[in-house]
Amino acid sequence: MSGTTKSPWIMHYDASSCNGCDIEVLACLTPVYDVERFGVINTGDPKQADIFLITGAVNDQNKEVVKQLYDQMPEPKVVVAVGICACSGGIFRDCYNIIGGVDKIIPVDVYVPGCAARPEAIIDGVVKGLDVLEKKRLKLREKEGKK
Amino acid sequence: MGKRTIVPFGPQHPALPEPVHLDLELEDETVVRAIPSIGYVHRGLEKLAEKRDYNDMIYVMERVCGICSFGHGWGYAGAVEGLMSVQIPDRAECLRIMFHELSRVHSHLLWLGLLADGLGFDSLFMHCWRIRERVLDVFEAITGGRVVMSFCKVGGVRKDLTPEMLKMVKDTCDMIEDEMRKTGLVFMKDTSVRNRLCGTGVLSREDIIDLSAVGPVARGSGVNNDVRSANPMYRDLGFSPVLYDDGDCWSRCMVRVDEIMQSLDMIRNAVRDLPDGDVSVPVKGNAPVGDYVFRVEQPRGEGFYYVQGNGSKFLSRARVRTPTNINIPAMTRMLQGCNLQDVSMLVITIDPCISCTER
Repeated sequence: MSGTTKSPWIMHYDASSCNGCDIEVLACLTPVYDVERFGVINTGDPKQADIFLITGAVNDQNKEVVKQLYDQMPEPKVVVAVGICACSGGIFRDCYNIIGGVDKIIPVDVYVPGCAARPEAIIDGVVKGLDVLEKKRLKLREKEGKK
Repeated sequence: MGKRTIVPFGPQHPALPEPVHLDLELEDETVVRAIPSIGYVHRGLEKLAEKRDYNDMIYVMERVCGICSFGHGWGYAGAVEGLMSVQIPDRAECLRIMFHELSRVHSHLLWLGLLADGLGFDSLFMHCWRIRERVLDVFEAITGGRVVMSFCKVGGVRKDLTPEMLKMVKDTCDMIEDEMRKTGLVFMKDTSVRNRLCGTGVLSREDIIDLSAVGPVARGSGVNNDVRSANPMYRDLGFSPVLYDDGDCWSRCMVRVDEIMQSLDMIRNAVRDLPDGDVSVPVKGNAPVGDYVFRVEQPRGEGFYYVQGNGSKFLSRARVRTPTNINIPAMTRMLQGCNLQDVSMLVITIDPCISCTER
C-alpha cells in the first residue's frame, strides 16, 4: 500500500468549470510540467484513483455525478478542489444554477485557488494531498488494528 | 438484424475532458442513433448581466470558456461598442486580431493533441501540447495570465505592447512554424493516422447546410462560412478561408493544421503593420435603449453575441450563441452508422466545448 504515496493516480472531473482549470490540469501532463515523472497518472476510472481533482463550482445536475464518483473511490482518498470556483464558487457564485464550492457536496482536503489555477499550483496541491493521504492511511490502519 | 442495446457514454469518460452525456443506441457494434443530453456545466452566466454593469461584465463573459476566452471577451466588447456607437482605434483592433489568432493557434494545437490522444498516439499528443506551451508563454509574458487573460476591455485593449514583446511574438511564431512543419506532416502523411481518419465520419455538403454547422466542421466539407472574410482588417493581413472537400475526419484535421499556419502568417503581418496610436478609448455613461449583434470567428466556428441595453448601466440581455451549440446536430448525424470504437474520436473532431455550449 505504501507504493501509492510515490505514484498517486488521479481522477479529474469537471463539475461545471469554464475549462480554464481543466486545460491546466491537462497541461500538467505535457513535457513542460510532466507529472508522469512522479508516477502521477490521469485515470478515468474512479475505482483506481487515489486523488480526486475537481474543478468548477457544482451545479444541480452535476451534484449526483460528483457524489457518485466520490463514493466509488476506494479508501483512503483525497479530494483536491482546483480553482477558485471549486473553492468557493468564484465569479459564478451569484449564478442561479450554482450551488457553491465543492465542499458543500463532498469533503475537500486541499484547496488550490487561482483563476485559472496554474499547473505549478495544481502540482503543489497534489503534493499536499499526498500528506493527507498518508495520514488517512495511518488512521485507517489503526482502526483495522483495533478490530 | 442484431439485438439493439443502449450504451451510456459519459458524463465522466476517459476520452472526454468535459462532461457531456450520450445515449448510444447500438445494433451489434454499429451506432444507430446517438441522443445527446447536456446541462452538466450550465451555470447561467447570461443572467449575471443584471448584476454586473456592462464594463465589469466582460470578466464574466471571458469565463464562458477558458480555451476561447479572448474571443468571447472580444465578441462581447464588440457588441457593447456597437450599442454605444464607439469606434475603437485601429491599433486596438489590430492587437485584438493578433491575440485572437494566437488563441486560435493554441486552441487548434490543443485540439490536435486531443485528437492524437483519441487515436492512442501519445507521443504526438505530447508534441502538440509542447508546441502549444510556447503560445501560453507569450500570453503570460504580456498579460500575466495563461488561459484567462482579461486583455480585452470595452473600448479597446488594456495595455500597449512594447517592441520587445512584439519581437517575442514574432520569434514565437517562427518557432511554432518550424515545429509545425514537422508535426503537421505526421497528420498529413502518417499511415496509422490516415487509416483511422480518412473516410470516417463523413458529412456531405448538403448535411452541413441542412444542419447549419459552422467552423472547421463546415470548412472540412467545402462550405465557406468564415466570419473573418467580412472584416476588412483581416483581408489586409492576408486572410483567405481554408477549405477541404472530403468532409471526413482527416479533412477537418487538415483544415485546422492549415489554419494554424495561416494564423501564424497573419500574426507576423500584424506585428509588421501594427498601426500607431492609442490602444483604447474611454467608454462611460449608461447604455442606450436598443440592441446590437456582433460576430466573431472563434477557433471552433462562428460565435454570435447579442446585447440589449435599457438605458441603465446594466444590460437587460447579454446572449452568446457558441459554435459547439450549433455543431451538436452535425455531431449526432456523424455518429449515425459509425463504429462504437470511433465514437470518442468523432466526438472530438467537432472540437466540443461544452462549457461554451451551456454557459
